[in-house]
This record gives sequence, C-alpha cells and structure tokens, in this order.
Amino acid sequence: MTAAATPPSAPRGFGVNRDDGRARLPGSLHTNRRIAQWLAFDVPGVVKVYTGKAELGQGVLTTLQLVVAEELDVPIDAVRVLSASTARGPDEGMTSGSLSVQDSGGALRQACAEVRAIALRTAAELSGVPIERIEVSDGRLHSADARNLGDYWSLLEGIDLDIECSGVANPKAPEARRLFGRARPARVDLADKVFGRARFIHDLRLPNMLHGRVLRGPVLGAKLVNWPPPALGTLREGVRCWADGSFVAVVAPREREADAVAERLHKRLQWRAAEALPDARDLPAFLSSASHETTVPAQRGETPWPADARRFEAEYFKPYLAHASIGTSCAIAQWDGATLELWTHSQGIHNLRDDLVLALAGEPSSPAKETIVIHHVEGAGCYGHNGADDVAFDAVLMALHCKGHPVRVLWSRADELTHSPLGGAQRVALTACIDAQGQLTHWQHELWANGSSSRPGRAKVPALLAASERARASTLPLSINPPLANGGGAERNAVPGYAVPNVKIINHRLTVMPLRTSALRSLGAFANVFAIESFVDEIAQALNEDALAFRKRHIEDPRALAVLDAVVERSAWWRSAKPGDDIGHGLAWARYKNGGAWCAVIARVQVGAAVRVTHLDLAVDVGTVVDLDGVVNQIEGGAIQATSWALKEQVTFERDAITSAGWDSYPILRFTEVPEVRVHVIDRPTEPTLGAGEAAQGPVAAAIANAVHDALGVRVRTLPLSADTITRAVNASQ
Amino acid sequence: MFHVNGQPCRTDADEQTPLLSVLRDELALSGPKFGCGEGECGACVVLVDGEPQASCNLPIWSVQGKKVVTLEGLGTPERPHALQTAFIDERAAQCGYCVAGIITAAAALLAHNPNPSRDEIAQALDKHLCRCGAHNRMIRAAQRAAAAMQSNKP
Repeated sequence: MTAAATPPSAPRGFGVNRDDGRARLPGSLHTNRRIAQWLAFDVPGVVKVYTGKAELGQGVLTTLQLVVAEELDVPIDAVRVLSASTARGPDEGMTSGSLSVQDSGGALRQACAEVRAIALRTAAELSGVPIERIEVSDGRLHSADARNLGDYWSLLEGIDLDIECSGVANPKAPEARRLFGRARPARVDLADKVFGRARFIHDLRLPNMLHGRVLRGPVLGAKLVNWPPPALGTLREGVRCWADGSFVAVVAPREREADAVAERLHKRLQWRAAEALPDARDLPAFLSSASHETTVPAQRGETPWPADARRFEAEYFKPYLAHASIGTSCAIAQWDGATLELWTHSQGIHNLRDDLVLALAGEPSSPAKETIVIHHVEGAGCYGHNGADDVAFDAVLMALHCKGHPVRVLWSRADELTHSPLGGAQRVALTACIDAQGQLTHWQHELWANGSSSRPGRAKVPALLAASERARASTLPLSINPPLANGGGAERNAVPGYAVPNVKIINHRLTVMPLRTSALRSLGAFANVFAIESFVDEIAQALNEDALAFRKRHIEDPRALAVLDAVVERSAWWRSAKPGDDIGHGLAWARYKNGGAWCAVIARVQVGAAVRVTHLDLAVDVGTVVDLDGVVNQIEGGAIQATSWALKEQVTFERDAITSAGWDSYPILRFTEVPEVRVHVIDRPTEPTLGAGEAAQGPVAAAIANAVHDALGVRVRTLPLSADTITRAVNASQ
Repeated sequence: MFHVNGQPCRTDADEQTPLLSVLRDELALSGPKFGCGEGECGACVVLVDGEPQASCNLPIWSVQGKKVVTLEGLGTPERPHALQTAFIDERAAQCGYCVAGIITAAAALLAHNPNPSRDEIAQALDKHLCRCGAHNRMIRAAQRAAAAMQSNKP
C-alpha cells in the first residue's frame, strides 16, 4: 500500500490520531479530553453542549442534542448545543467527511457517560442508596422506590468538570436507549429560519458595522493592471477603496453604497490573465497530459494479467462542478488593535485561524494566534470547501484597515460560482478481466484529477484566496489527497467493493491547478463509483447476466448484500415490466470511503429530449441510527443533489474566464425536475454510527447512468447525462 | 410610500434601490435573503399585493402604494402561518436558506388554490432553487399546510 502525497507540515483535521501514546478515547474526545470542553451545567435545567462541528444544514446540532439527551436521560429541550468557537469548546478540525456523528457524537456519548457516573456516585454517597438501585429520568435521579435524590444540576454543583475523561464509564447499552432511532424532535435551527429571525451569518448586524466588497480578476492569478482606475469619480464620505496588489477592496457604511462603488470599479478595472485555462472541449486530454505525480494508493494480489482471458476496458469522465451555495459567502471581522474577532461559516475555525496567522505573519498588524477569536455562525449549505474561508480572510484584511469597526463582506453570485474552489474534473480508466467461469480476477482503476482538498490549515502557505492576490502574494497550495486510511481524496472509493483477487489503483494527481479545486461533497467517490458501477453493469450485460446477480456473486460483505436486497425488495420498479421504451431502471451501490455507510440505489428514468429521473429508491445502513429522519433527510438530499450533478451540472469556461457565473449558465435541478425519493434505513443498534451525508452521491449517479442505458441501449460514460452527451454517445455507438 | 407587513415604509433611498436592500438594511428584516441579485433563485421572494416577486432586483419605485409582505409578515411563533408550522413539523429544510422565499411563494399559492396537487406546488415553486435537495419535504409541507388550513375553516 502506497500512501498518497502528504503535505509538508503535519496535516490537521483529516482524522483523529489515536496513536499518540495516550489512552484511547472515542471520537474527538481523544484530542479534547476534558469534560468541561464539552459540557456545562451552570444553568439549572440546561445542559450546555459545546461542539467543534459546524451546522451546515445537515442537522448536526439536532443529532448531538439527541445523543446528549439519550446518554444523560434529560429532556431533549433541556439540551442546548452551541455553535463552535475558538473561545471555548473542543477543536475538532474540519466538519467534513461525514464524520461529525462519529467524532463529536462519539465524544459526547463518552463525556455524558462520565458525567452520569459522577452524578450517580454523588447521589449514592449522599443518600446511601447503592448506585445500581439509582435511576435517572428527565434529568432527575431517584431510587428504585421513587425517592428523589436530586438532579444533575444540584448534584454536580461544586464538582469540577474541568477534568480529563477517564474513559472508564460505559455509555448506555443499546437495549436501554429510548430516543435513538425513535425520537424526532424539531430541528433546533429551523424555527428561526421559518419565522425569519436572524440566524444566518448574513443576518448578523453589529453596531457601527461597515460593508465590504471585493473585486477580483476573472481567473486565478490574474493581475490588476490599472490602479487607480480612470474616471472613478469622487467617493462619498466614509467610502473607501484600495488595492493591495490585485486584491481590490471597497468599504462603505451602507451596503448599497459598497455595491454601487464595486459596480463602478468592476467596469473600469483591467486585468491580465496569468495562464490560459485548459481547453474545455477536451478535458480528458488535458487531465492526462497535464503534469502529475503518480501513486499506487492501493494494491492487492500479484497474479499477472492472463493474456487469453476476456478483458473489459472503459473510460469515464466527470466535469468540474461548483458547490453553488444558494447564499453567497459572507463573513464579519473586527479589529480593535489588540483582538481580531471573526464571525464565519467556515467548516473549520481552528484551521482557518492557523491560516490567518500564516497569511499575516510578518506584517505590522499581524495578530498572534491567541488574539484571534473565531465564532462559527451558520451559512447556507456549502457541500464542501466553498468561499467561506476566503471571504473570512477578505473581511479580516478590510477590518485591519478599519480599526474599531466590524466589517461585513458578502460575495456576489458570480464570485460564489467562479472564485470558490470547484470540485475537480476527473478521468477514470477501468480495466478488468474475468476467468472462464465469468468471475472477476483482475481489476485496475486508473484516475487523473487534481487533489480533492486545499482546505486551510494544512499547508505551509495559506489556502486563502486573497493571500494569492495581495502585493505580498503567496501561491495557493496545490490540492492534495487525504491518506486512503482517512478515506482518500480523488481516489476515494476507487477500490471496488467486490471480491476481486487482483486489484490495482493508480492515481495521477495533477501538479498544476489552472482551476482552483478543493473538497466537494464525497470527493472522488462521485466519479469513482459512477465509473465502477457503470462498468460492472457493462460487464454483466456483456455476459448476458442479471446486473444484480452479477454483483451479488462478487460481494462477500453481508451488509452490502443487505442494502442491495433491501432496495430491490422495496423498489416497485426493479424487475417490473416497463410501460414504454423510454423508461429505464438502473441499480448501483457503494460503501462510502470503503469504511463508512452502505448505500444501494434503484433509479427509474424517462428518456425523451432530456433524461428525467422520476423515482429513486435507496437503502442505507449507517450502523446505529441516532436521528432517523436526519438520516433520511441527508440521503434524500444527497440523492437529489447527485441527480442534479449527474444530469445538469458542469462548470463552463473559455481560455480566459469561467463562464458559468450565474444560475442561467450553471443550472441546477428544479422543483419540477425532482424525482420522488424513498429511503429505507436499516438500523443496526449494536454497530457504530456512520455518517450519512455523502453515501448517496456516487451510487445515485451510476444508477441513473445504468437506467439511461436500460432505456436507450446506449452507454453514456461522460457526465453530465445531458442531451448533448447522450446525443454524442448515441452517434458514437452507431 | 408603501407598506411592509402592515406598516407604512418611508425611505429616502433612490427610487432605483432594490426593495430587498430597503427591507434588510433599513427595516432590519432577516426573512428575505440575498441569493443572486438577479431574480433567478427565489431566496428574496416577497409578496407584492399578494403576488410573489423577487425583491433583489425590484426597484422601490415599482412598489409605491403597494402592500409588501415578507416571511415575518406571514406569521409569528405565537400566531404561525400554517406553512411555518408545517415546515417545522415536516423538517422541510436542510440549511434553510431558501425556505423564506419558498414559504412566501407557497403562501401565495395556497391563497389562490387551497388544495393544490404535487405538480401544482412544484410548478408554483419552480423558480425557487434549493441546493440541499429538500424539495420533496417542502412539497409535503405545503400539502400538509393546505390540509390544516382546510380543516381549520369554519
């Protein structure tokens, strides 16, 4: 096994390193070991919960609320989960990789078990009732004969919780749980959102707040050539604009003034592009010819490929995709000369802080790490590394110019779609061979793509966009791939979930990055599972075998077989007669990251002038279910988003600019195009909980492609499955 | 002069100023959201004389003398609109950034069509973008609200 390239400094946030010599504790408790980092009981009747994870719309605050209520046996609404801040609570690195329930939930379960044990011990000492005869309900402890022994708040009074967790206390046994998989409390964030109360970072209004806008060149590395620009006219009092290299800032007391000046500047600024973008008409050629570094992240079996065996080969392609948040990136920063305070929807506030220190090192107003305080405030769904961190640095740069004033920076729609990092384009070439019995014996998965992550806090240079634009510019770090042990990046899910004796994965990571790429939901799993599960269908068809039967005889994992059986049983479509030739059914599955949640999908499509996905049935196994509807919501949303990616989406560009800068040029799935989605969850209360956020992505794309083949008899190996690509595939097949 | 959620609104903003700017900056309303500035995503939708309209590129001269209702004007936690209750009950969101515009547009639909089909709801909301994929939940919430409004009629 060869490890993927690692960054020069020790990476933070790819996973919890448990081999550090300390006693192993669950989740992020291992690196944030004190109970007081997680829980506080200073307000009677309220359990304050600190998490280092960010609410991104995935419902993590509600899930963690359930974890705490379950473990402590307190009322659900007594649990208040507070958003992450560097001022308090744990450092949990990034909110990414579908790990929040494992990392934060795992830590909280153990921390709560310890607190429960302390409360029980205290109650026993005070009352003389033996611990095993004490019960807890609604936050109160009582003896078996219903004697009141006090509640958490009274029993914990005076007890210092700023102590290291022992790891000895046992969380509740599955049969003792009363909430997991059953309770469906209101989402903690939703009431604010449906009544229009200030909840998003966009709604945060601080006294004396100024409004900032940034102007940027059309592509990465573009240089500003005319500053000051001609005929700008006089600016109103209080309005300021300046250029720091190619970073152009506008700050005004009122938002509309900042917008107006930004618009005037936009018309007058001229830029010189650094390097031409690749030829968008032949991205597979670009990916394979661009300079790259080759690794073999996984390999098993050493039997040579037999010369006479039946061999299959096919190539697949996934274009650049945009995160395309509905709300544009936003941040507020304030510098009072001593402390830099920042409000951000970043997925990793500690990583961001590390990068701010790096980016400002050596400057006159360079703040020390201890003087930077960062609070997470909810933004619109980001689905990975969007502009959240970049806009935070934009705001910091402006705040350092406007001492004493909070400065709120908001990106435009075009900024969001063209300057946020993108999900990388990926080319996948698969080769396999079967023996005389039709059994797969050899499998090779070769891929060409940029790395899947250039998040802050992981390199020796800052990953913040403005750092590459300022007069004192640093080059943005190339995106890298997390080690395969942490799920990998572009090679995520490249290892097929099939029992093939000889497997080789070859990863060509690009060492150029003309379009800035970073983490987009599910990383390489989307392209890899699309390729693998299309390929398996192709082989089964070539063998004239049922696609489900072919898969099943190559699967040893019982939980994989269980999701496949469940989805086939639940789907009304599989094996049913098709009412017309324009209808197709397709099947696919994967285990996310080869170590996370299992998900199997059956898609039903109707192919006319365009592909319409009418129904998706999904079966998922995430181990122990905490918030059942939360799991369903994540799978459902993931399936609909993946449908949008698979049918409609690709970033478009010319040699000198990204052209998909608005919703007309970057269309996403609309209400009338959304399929009906049914999700079946297999609960396994004795198994560890796994994240649900990214399990559906790859299988959905492949199931749709397989359904398109079923309808048309033509294999489409290029995403998106638009009228264009389908026409090309049909022409090529004739 | 125009009305916002029943209150008269006088502003000295230029007549070309987008309505959204006045709602958020001068009236400090948080319901309508900025999403694109081009009327293409629906996050900023408000009711103007009962009709859903994007407010991000709607100049205020065009709403003179009209009645504007935002998400805040539909209902409050004490007196919620049936849609607000239904969105909470159905957990009809993920990030929730788009729900303000969607609830507002759905309120206009239910005012015209008290018992819309799934397709009619999808048509009515088709100008609204949701990136998280909560569409089906929102359609269910709209149906649930419609049923609740029907059963609450005297």
